[in-house]
Amino acid sequence: MSEPLITLDKLRRGIRARVESVDWAILEEADRIRLRQFGFDEGVTVEQMHQGPFGADPVAIKVGRMTVAIRRSHARAIKVSTAA
Amino acid sequence: MSDLPLVAVVGNPNAGKSALFNVLTGARQKVGNYPGVTVERHVGRLIAADGQAIELIDLPGTYSLDPTSPDEAVTRDVLLGKQKGERLPQALLIVLDASNLDNHLRFALQLIDLGLPTVVALNMVDLAKRDGLELDAARLERELGVPVVETVAVRKRGIADLTARIQELLTGPRLIRAGDGPIHDSLELQRRAREIAMAAIVSETPVRRLTHRLDGLLLHPVAGPLILAAILFVMFQAVFSWSAPPADWLEAQTLAVGQWIAAALPDGLLKSLIVDGIFAGVGAVIVFLPQILILFLFILVLESSGYMVRAAFLMDRLMSHAGLSGRAFIPLLSSFACAVPGIMATRTISDPKDRLTTILVAPLMTCSARLPVYTLIIGAFIPARDAFPGVGLQGLVLFGLYLAGIVGALLAALVLRRTVVKGGGGAFMMELPKYQMPRIADIAIGLWQRALIFLKRAGTIIMATTVVLWAFASFPQAGPGQKQSDVSIAGHIADGIHTVVAPIGFNKDISLALLPAMAAREVAVAAIGTVYSLDAEDEAQAKTLEQRMAGRWSLATALAFLAWFVFAPQCISTIAVTRRETNGWKWPAFMVGYLFVLAYAAAGVTYWTAVAFGLG
Repeated sequence: MSEPLITLDKLRRGIRARVESVDWAILEEADRIRLRQFGFDEGVTVEQMHQGPFGADPVAIKVGRMTVAIRRSHARAIKVSTAA
Repeated sequence: MSDLPLVAVVGNPNAGKSALFNVLTGARQKVGNYPGVTVERHVGRLIAADGQAIELIDLPGTYSLDPTSPDEAVTRDVLLGKQKGERLPQALLIVLDASNLDNHLRFALQLIDLGLPTVVALNMVDLAKRDGLELDAARLERELGVPVVETVAVRKRGIADLTARIQELLTGPRLIRAGDGPIHDSLELQRRAREIAMAAIVSETPVRRLTHRLDGLLLHPVAGPLILAAILFVMFQAVFSWSAPPADWLEAQTLAVGQWIAAALPDGLLKSLIVDGIFAGVGAVIVFLPQILILFLFILVLESSGYMVRAAFLMDRLMSHAGLSGRAFIPLLSSFACAVPGIMATRTISDPKDRLTTILVAPLMTCSARLPVYTLIIGAFIPARDAFPGVGLQGLVLFGLYLAGIVGALLAALVLRRTVVKGGGGAFMMELPKYQMPRIADIAIGLWQRALIFLKRAGTIIMATTVVLWAFASFPQAGPGQKQSDVSIAGHIADGIHTVVAPIGFNKDISLALLPAMAAREVAVAAIGTVYSLDAEDEAQAKTLEQRMAGRWSLATALAFLAWFVFAPQCISTIAVTRRETNGWKWPAFMVGYLFVLAYAAAGVTYWTAVAFGLG
């Protein structure tokens, strides 16, 4: 059964998801490099851990064994599926 | 430059690189700058078991050889032998966080590809084990093709073994070619790294780590910001109250030594130079060492525990309203100690406009050199009583001054972002490392380095300025019935400045202190100290500087002086570092200009308001 794809900024807290695709084209060069360095890539498991206190931005995303803070505007470039 | 064999310590941020570097080199390290750039260069000596000395260089942590910030560019350039003023390292010590292998191995693979003799330190294995992670170091060694040593830097485990391995690397044939740069494509590297990590990780039980529980509280949308505010408040109160006993002791000591010298020397110019010039000036500054160390203590602990990045996370949204990112929070917070390392720390900000704005507002953060000035004025004019039960009024005023600096910086950033530094949304991407108990030795090394820098400043820039000032203030000598501060060269210069600053309530003492304060802010205190001790009649000698000021300045003037120093045109070191960081005179000149205008306006408004309330 396949769940519909959502962007990472819509992922609710505590739900694990799988990165299906990253829209590298809409990101700036430095952000692209940085996201890749943090291991955002098709197939990795991600989970939203925390949200910023003001406007729920930025979000802290667990990628592999690392937790990374990114802004919602960047999370929007990452498509995930929540199928377990 | 030394000709000891050079080994570079490299790895991801938060791999425990600097802790390992500190354990390996202990107190045998130096902090400097690379020529032309202001990334700090930490070099230290490792002494092997047989007494051989090896030079280690601690490179800025980075995630790959594709730099996204100037800091990371230095790491790449050193490793490729392209960094000016640095030799190509003969070997690499790669530091990996054992519990974050899948992420850290990718960079390690890229580094091993450079072809330099390499040893891997599998660091923090104890934490990985506690998390239920079991690693096969032998398997990792086979997969990577380089020796792997398990270490726990904070407990000095595996250090002897690691030292021996480093020495082995250096006995092999020397490599002289510079590396060709990264060979693998990043996605390919990523996959290979994951394969190796999979092979090396024997068992894995998911354990809810302490870090997640702590973050549940410290990053909580309500509790988080409150805790941050509480930490900052405690920090500023501590700077003021904990420092009192050691500062009093230091003050008594300098006074005693000065009086002893005064008694031993015959009256005359030499005695005046030593007592009024050097002791009154440098002594007035030295007593602030405890406050500066307490401030740095807090910053170092917050940084090494991993909390600082959480503070950046909490602050990101607010700072984005001012056109900055949470990333700017760390350089700005370190600017509370000194704007120079703060501006240097902006090198971790990748967005150029975000970075420029941070540089321009960094001097508004209340650097520790302002503390002597604030403390002196607060001590002389604000009564030492409680504002609320348990909250000292003096501490509260100091907190208010810090707050004024912060608000000023945010407003300035907001305006700058809409005018001269327009455009660019900026980004915020940071790893939240796991929390760690700061190692006392690492903190001690950091504090020791900061103390040395402060004392060096006191011994050079401040001493030189004080001596020049003493000379200007001592000549020509006053005749009978004349006041020394009226006839001297300094007095005449001060008269000139006074005409400009009189409308904002500044008296002649302040006018005299403004110019030398450009060299280093704390000199303002030294300058006032020197003038008063030259002017002093005999019976006034015993009075402290604070008592003398309280008698001569109105409260409105004192408050205006405080307001001036919130925005005060920065010291020469800050201007110099800004010039170096922005590659020209345009931005430093702009910075000096806008801060002068702000300072003048703030002092004026404060003075006129205070006078209106009858405090003039």
